[in-house]
Amino acid sequence: MSPHPEHNALPLVIQAKGLVKRYGQVTALDGADFELRAGEILAVIGDNGAGKSSLIKALSGAITPDSGDIFLDGQSVCFKSPIEARRAGIETVYQDLAVAPAMTIAENLFMGREIRRTGLLGSLGFLDKKRMLNDSIAYMQELKIGIRSMTQAVETLSGGQRQGVAVARAAAFARHVVIMDEPTAALGVKEGNMVLELIRNVRDRGLPVVLISHNMPHVFEIADRIHVARLGRRAAVLNPKAITMSDAVAVMTGAMKPEDIPTEWLAH
Amino acid sequence: MPSWKEHIPSIGTLGPFLALLIACTFFSFQSEQFFTGANFSLILQQIMVVGLIAIGQTLIILTAGIDLSCGMVMALGGVVMTKVAHDFGLPPSLAIGLGLTVTAGFGLLNGLLVTRIKLPPFIVTLGTMNIAFAITQLYSGSQTITDLPASMTFLGNTFNLGQTQVAYGTVLMLVCYALSWIWLRETAAGRHIYAVGNNPEATRLTGIPTHRVILMVYVLAGLCYGVASLLSVARTGVGDPNAGQTENLDAITAVVLGGTSLFGGRGVVLGSLIGAMIVGVFRNGLTLMGVSSVYQILITGILVILAVATDQLSRKGGR
Repeated sequence: MSPHPEHNALPLVIQAKGLVKRYGQVTALDGADFELRAGEILAVIGDNGAGKSSLIKALSGAITPDSGDIFLDGQSVCFKSPIEARRAGIETVYQDLAVAPAMTIAENLFMGREIRRTGLLGSLGFLDKKRMLNDSIAYMQELKIGIRSMTQAVETLSGGQRQGVAVARAAAFARHVVIMDEPTAALGVKEGNMVLELIRNVRDRGLPVVLISHNMPHVFEIADRIHVARLGRRAAVLNPKAITMSDAVAVMTGAMKPEDIPTEWLAH
Repeated sequence: MPSWKEHIPSIGTLGPFLALLIACTFFSFQSEQFFTGANFSLILQQIMVVGLIAIGQTLIILTAGIDLSCGMVMALGGVVMTKVAHDFGLPPSLAIGLGLTVTAGFGLLNGLLVTRIKLPPFIVTLGTMNIAFAITQLYSGSQTITDLPASMTFLGNTFNLGQTQVAYGTVLMLVCYALSWIWLRETAAGRHIYAVGNNPEATRLTGIPTHRVILMVYVLAGLCYGVASLLSVARTGVGDPNAGQTENLDAITAVVLGGTSLFGGRGVVLGSLIGAMIVGVFRNGLTLMGVSSVYQILITGILVILAVATDQLSRKGGR
């Protein structure tokens, strides 16, 4: 099932073809395809075991597929680790709030990419804390994350604000894509909406976002297109403006066969 | 904008300092000799070995590890540097260098076992503690090494600061604390140690080579124990194969009393100096009061449990 190529106005940022991943007897990915376009929020939905997280892990370098190809901006890539994917410009925000709780917001934002001072002190590894602090303030303001002080420990923040720090870090350093794995799952309604707004801000700054979520209202609220994973493959790419949530669930659960999906439901 | 409040240390950092002040006040009322410059200089000399070991121990505990071998490795370093100087007439600088190499080598061994074979630090260092002790006894034939060149015990000498005699070793210890404090606070490598202790998986995913950070920490800790060996030799004037036995647990006690969390990622190395001083002040004060040494051990034990309990409870409260 592939969308009509002549309609694809925007360039593909990530493209994956025929990804296969087996764990012993279990086939997690069975020839999965994937396409992410510039400037979009692409939601990835699917039942447990549909191959949704294996797909995302393959894109973010957490697993290496047994076969299949991944292209980043048209270049073939093969990530051996999340660090390699990150170096290539793909940032992933993990579900379990991957922050260092006792460290400050500024330190978390710059972790692993600290700015050093110039001159001798810099070559001794001394940090330019002032610059990192100022950059953090500017950056968090740009993403409209309402946190006053960048020198407070992340553990003093609410769950949503912590997620905000993780998203901001990813968006700050991603050159191509931000992947978010269930970013609103652990959050309350208000905080969840705050994070959705943040995801929109990230897209509006020009970065495409892959959003994995179980939360259908959230998916329908912000996704430009919906990638439905089923049985280790891509069942369809749906247009959230043309369908209802129950239609999406029907495709996701297999109640609606991919070949029976009306063309007007599909995203182009 | 950072507010002024964030520049004031929190209760967690002030707690150990308050405990030290209370202990000092208490002992000042109990003994007239306690609150004198000479006595404080003595306390600092008594804690300089433990204080230096505690720097290395702090680094390791910040990564959520622990080093039970610290005192034994320190004793081995002391025996090696004195014995090669005594037996082969090696120049002191070379002998000291060899001692430091041995202690750093033990750190490397601990670090490799923790990072490569992924054994728990507790078990690794329990093993190397016994290994270091046995090597110390075998190499020295359980004999104390005497007749050392004067330059090896130089750090035990004192100079006058006003009316008070201060040991050079005390100054070295304070300098080491200042350097490690700045290093941990201001450099990328120092912050990475905190990051690894806070959330190793998240740290690894940011591209920080976490295993290399941990390995470096164990080697640096070994170097600290080596410097502690030198201080121990300087203070006692001999290479003592039975050194380090009280320092082993006292160093961990000092770190914990100083407010560093055994769960890793939280703490300030200067706290360990305060912690070492608390241990030293209690030992010294209770001795001046004529309290039997068994009670000193009892009180140290209670202090450790109090400190760990505070750490545990404050972490729960923070959630």
